[in-house]
Amino acid sequence: MIDSKKMRTPLKNVRHLGSAKEGTDHFWRQRMTAVALLILAPLFVALVVAMIGADYGEVRRALAHPIVAIPMILFVGTGLIHMRLGMQTIIEDYVHSEGRKVLCLMLNSAFVILMGVVAVYALMKIAFIDT
Amino acid sequence: MAQADSGPNADARPLSPHLQIYSPLINMMMSIIHRITGAALYFGTVIMVCWLLAVATGRGNYELFTSLLKTPVGLAVMVGYTWALIHHALGGIRHLIWDTGRGFALGMVNAMSWLTILGSLTITGGIWAYIFKLRGLL
Repeated sequence: MIDSKKMRTPLKNVRHLGSAKEGTDHFWRQRMTAVALLILAPLFVALVVAMIGADYGEVRRALAHPIVAIPMILFVGTGLIHMRLGMQTIIEDYVHSEGRKVLCLMLNSAFVILMGVVAVYALMKIAFIDT
Repeated sequence: MAQADSGPNADARPLSPHLQIYSPLINMMMSIIHRITGAALYFGTVIMVCWLLAVATGRGNYELFTSLLKTPVGLAVMVGYTWALIHHALGGIRHLIWDTGRGFALGMVNAMSWLTILGSLTITGGIWAYIFKLRGLL
């Protein structure tokens, strides 16, 4: 329906989930992870600062403790979701050729998954396998 | 550039001004730096993952990793990483405030932009002053 107060036609309005078929999902997840990271990132910085000068055994014991390991997994996971969304935006802004754009988006996902798997593997090994 | 503007009156048509036309403003600089720090943090993840992997794979790897961090280049990268993380976090807070529809008055935009850069430099300086003091280097 055309609103007489506006110059817009109904075509201007987004219907359902829009052309990308995901509505405001990208925007919303970016914000949700941003808020979570405002809590998790300072914890990570505090951990790193606390680990400076510690010897290998101390660092390993700290990272093996659930009170450190669980927030670390949350930080890695949340950070990776956040940065995948951010890099997706950068790629969509600057890479215009469709083929190269799709390739970059695939590499973006692959990089984030690889980082996540390696980080969680390392944290699991530290937490569950004694040396 | 401007391939679509090859018609008869191409030169007479106004073009929207692009980045190089504007004089640098603080909010625009903060917008650019927010994206650059975000991209830097993206690749900086490799350092964090290497740290976790070094701890997981044994004392030798961990000591090799920390010895690399203690070189001047390693230290510069760590200071840069700290600043990028804090700057991006403060910029993120600014964006979250804007998301609520607040803070769009010009004075407020400029004040929040200046607070982002001054805040990130202050907090980064504070953290590293604390680290150097802890290590007896200050």
